[in-house]
Amino acid sequence: MTKRTGVFVCHCGNNIAATVDVARVAKEMGEVEGVIFSKDYVYMCSDPGQSTMANAIKDNKLDSVVVSCCSPTLHEKTFRDVTEEGGELNPYRCEIANIREQCAWVHKEKPKATEKALKITRAAIKRVQNNQSLTPIGVPVTRRVMVIGGGVAGIQAALDLANAGLQVVLVEKNPTVGGHMIQLSETFPTLDCSQCILSPKMVEVSKNKNIKLLTQAEVQEVSGFVGNFKVKVRQKAIYVDPEKCKICDDCAKVCPTVVPNEYDLNLTPRRAIFIPYAQAIPATYTLDESACLGLNPVVCGKCADVCEADAINYDMRPKTIVEEVGAIVVATGFDLYGKENLGEYGMGKYADVLDGLQFERLCSASGPTGGHVLRPSDHKEPKNVVFIQCAGSRDPESHCAYCSKICCMYTAKHATLYKHHVPDGQAYVFYIDIRSGGKGYEEFVQRSMERDEVMYLRGRVSKVYENNGSMIVKGVDTISGKNVEIEADMVVLALAMQPSKGTADVAKTLKIGRDKDGFLAEAHPKLRPVESVTAGIFLAGAAQAPKDIPETVCQASAAASKVIQLLSKDELMHSPAIAKVRLSHCTGCEMCVQACPYGAISLSGPNAKASVNDVLCEGCGTCQAVCLRAAIDVKNITQMQVHDMINACLGV
Amino acid sequence: MANVQETAKDEPGFEPKIVAFLCKWCSSAGSDLAGVSRLQYPSNAVPITIMCSGSMSPMFVLSAFNKGADGVLVSGCHPGDCHYLKGNFYARRKIYLVQKLLQFIGLENDRFRMSWVSAAEGVKFAGVVDEFVKDVKKLGPQTRLKAKR
Repeated sequence: MTKRTGVFVCHCGNNIAATVDVARVAKEMGEVEGVIFSKDYVYMCSDPGQSTMANAIKDNKLDSVVVSCCSPTLHEKTFRDVTEEGGELNPYRCEIANIREQCAWVHKEKPKATEKALKITRAAIKRVQNNQSLTPIGVPVTRRVMVIGGGVAGIQAALDLANAGLQVVLVEKNPTVGGHMIQLSETFPTLDCSQCILSPKMVEVSKNKNIKLLTQAEVQEVSGFVGNFKVKVRQKAIYVDPEKCKICDDCAKVCPTVVPNEYDLNLTPRRAIFIPYAQAIPATYTLDESACLGLNPVVCGKCADVCEADAINYDMRPKTIVEEVGAIVVATGFDLYGKENLGEYGMGKYADVLDGLQFERLCSASGPTGGHVLRPSDHKEPKNVVFIQCAGSRDPESHCAYCSKICCMYTAKHATLYKHHVPDGQAYVFYIDIRSGGKGYEEFVQRSMERDEVMYLRGRVSKVYENNGSMIVKGVDTISGKNVEIEADMVVLALAMQPSKGTADVAKTLKIGRDKDGFLAEAHPKLRPVESVTAGIFLAGAAQAPKDIPETVCQASAAASKVIQLLSKDELMHSPAIAKVRLSHCTGCEMCVQACPYGAISLSGPNAKASVNDVLCEGCGTCQAVCLRAAIDVKNITQMQVHDMINACLGV
Repeated sequence: MANVQETAKDEPGFEPKIVAFLCKWCSSAGSDLAGVSRLQYPSNAVPITIMCSGSMSPMFVLSAFNKGADGVLVSGCHPGDCHYLKGNFYARRKIYLVQKLLQFIGLENDRFRMSWVSAAEGVKFAGVVDEFVKDVKKLGPQTRLKAKR
């Protein structure tokens, strides 16, 4: 226990002093055992306040300090810095008593608030008197990064990191990078061709020497901690050697199995051996194991027979790759809300009810119709097209409560593109309201209404059904207050965005949180938007929340810069307030080993007693609460310290 | 179980002594938010910030009652939202057992409470304290576990 404690009580102008008798707090604390200095001051955090504190520590040779002021989240660092730099005392000898947020601001009666402030401060004194001097633990870092997800977010983050000189491992579960952006026809509000702007970046990914690309691969296991993660990745066998494949298409020509092509949202067929699209990166054919007749030359083997480059090998096996990285960027993107949830709109039932991505493919020059908007059912040009916004979004009762953010804009784009393809056609849009915040966005929507004469109807659609080959859309126009019935040739749903299918598993593997809608949770909604709650794991793109391409690129670059900042140092500092075992009391019962959420405790030594890994331990104290013999404690908040604080709180 | 202990109830001017164990990452931050929002609640509950509700030893609860607390509150992150992944699941299980133990000893249920308050729930925090103080006030001073001095 320390014997020379100093107490500093802050008035915070009138913020504290109005409800707490600060002079009385300072006076009574001066009488507490071990306290040799006690003072109140108008603003402790001001420059003069800080020097008063620094001088008092030195002049009185204080060995522990309590500052009674605002919440530790605000000024704990300030006062610990003063303690260390000005007072030349170990910063962990300083504790904060929160008498503002937890006392002065929430009570009105001065005597009661003062009583409570006395208890809070006394508790902090009791705690600090048993604090130890601690030194942050330095941990060397691995200067490599893993990016999970090869959509535009992952591509941008990987390129930024690689160009900063860091080694990057880019993991993508599909046969090619590009994500959903490569499926788009044009992008709003400039209408530039999506493929034309993304494919150069994809090529850059494949050419950059600092990027190791693992496609058809998924993260299986992660261990370690910030600066030193060990990630186990499982890569599927693709049965084609990318080095040898000449992309000649001979194999696909002879392949007898035909399955829907996912890249074209099942609007076109592909073979079991295929390349998703001509610009795919890595540029190689790949064999879809689930569609192939059996990887058995006796059964089929046609592709291997015709391959002149000898690139096909049925004996390839899945690989498990272990990568050591210092940081991880998660950019697992989005999927559209399941069409099975929207039966009332006939999605999945009628061939001419499409989702937004399918419509993109119809508009795309590389799409199933060669860039002509044609109905999938009979390949006729649709003359009336109804676009339904908020299909699954903003519907807390039956679907997703949140706004998917990009649908207002892409529906305006779809309607505009449709008019460019079918100038004599009519586009209708059902909307709840138009959300077009963004540079040039509002003008774009206005243009679609005025120049392209898209008819916007404010209201929801109740039902879509088929009648004599066309779709009848029944809805309401709340502005005229009338029910509307439109005979449409095609219906396009702006389906809600959801976190991509594997996001839940990735989050679980990486031990990062998700929000109530399943999107990855950021560490702070305002101030730490690209960090996850787990140190060293960063977020980018639509896996964190619905967002458009510019925002996704921003976030990806932001995540990359955070990683660069993190890995620019040779060593990372880890909090030293971690668990410590009292070996004389430990019986090696393993209760703490099982309870530790980080796997930081193991049995070691000749008597098999608990031992804490200083780097893995986060200091949560779960171990101390399960130890039957009180043999393990978190430094500077030990059980004895808590008992002392309880006494102080109860005035014992 | 509420009537096991017959004490002087509703003593005029009785101000219960309450210890509130708050998780640093959620409830303590939630209480900060209550402060920033200038919400008002009774001053009876004195906060002790702990690293995680999972570090809450049953001994802390018993010790507080032994030292004369009239009520003990433990507040942690919502289940599934633990800053340390799963500490509050441990807390939930342990608190349940402590509740059973206290019932067995003959302490009123309302003297010990666990709540889930996130960093964004300042209003909820103020409400939890307000309600708890009211409930404990009704019970009068706690003598069952208080050490005789």
